Amino acid sequence: MALNLTTRSAWNAPAMRSLAARTFSATAASRMASEKPVNTKAFKIYRWNPDKPTEEPRMQEYKLDLNKTGPMVLDALIKIKNEVDSTLTFRRSCREGICGSCAMNIDGRNTLACITHIPKDETSKDMVIYPLPHMFVVKDLVPDMNYFYKQYASIQPWLQRDETPDSNKEILQSPEERKKLDGLYECILCACCSTSCPSYWWNQDAYLGPAILLQSYRWMADSRDQHLSQRLSKMENAFSVYRCHTIMNCTRTCPKHLNPGFAIAQIKLLLAKN
Amino acid sequence: MSAPRKLSGLQKDVLRLYRDCLRAARQKPEESRPHFRAFARAEFEKNIGSMKRTDAKAIEYLLRVGRRRMEQYMSANVRDITKV
Repeated sequence: MALNLTTRSAWNAPAMRSLAARTFSATAASRMASEKPVNTKAFKIYRWNPDKPTEEPRMQEYKLDLNKTGPMVLDALIKIKNEVDSTLTFRRSCREGICGSCAMNIDGRNTLACITHIPKDETSKDMVIYPLPHMFVVKDLVPDMNYFYKQYASIQPWLQRDETPDSNKEILQSPEERKKLDGLYECILCACCSTSCPSYWWNQDAYLGPAILLQSYRWMADSRDQHLSQRLSKMENAFSVYRCHTIMNCTRTCPKHLNPGFAIAQIKLLLAKN
Repeated sequence: MSAPRKLSGLQKDVLRLYRDCLRAARQKPEESRPHFRAFARAEFEKNIGSMKRTDAKAIEYLLRVGRRRMEQYMSANVRDITKV
């Protein structure tokens, strides 16, 4: 037993020493962080409470010390919700720009809060955060996406074929055919592009908007899909596609750096050819 | 007999939603229809007198919420409803 103990302590000795060193350096680092000058930035956030629908929406200001806040806008929002005002409401999930939940209008630009840095250099400027423009608001920064999802369902976003391959084999695709889907399949349907499009603002009921059209083209461009003509015939009216006037706000704002404007142009090209 | 009162567009919208709710109740099983009608009426009464006739934005918001809830309850899976 004694031997066992000594061997173990012999094993542990260097580890303990390095651990002690690490805790020391960690406390030193935290002390240095606390000694940093306070770097305050004001966040002006749109607030609206559906429980009191007669009250007007207002902008509420929160002040945060950037040295104690994470680097992204979402970090600031979570800090406000955790420590300042738990009634602030917003959607968030993956915090790495893959779910599209935290799409909102930050400093006049539709983008994802989780992949937008808080500019450290101009702390004198307030950061202004609104929900996605021209959407009905459910609460605070949460927009009503129901109609957007209905539009998405209307383009039938799934693989449609008349014939199934023999004996349940996979449907093969050449690397070139697969390459056509690059820049389309990455879309996360955050609705940043659609809600930045003036055409979509004025004709939301009839025009599908860049996000949905990009998704629509993703299925048109897929070599395994056989319902191209049906998909195109649904677009043959004055509104679904042709309300796009190549304003290109969609491409400018896309947080995933995709090009919905190009996809819409490709749909128009297909429509002209058929 | 006096002439029927002139209703504003918004008031007509509210009445239309209420009538749609009553119509939707008719698609439900015979024994639960009174529950759906009572539920719709209670939901409308909740907001009676809580806002001015000119609070158009608030009324439109409630109309949107109401219509969406009605669409939800119209699903055939919803067979009965209880007032809360």
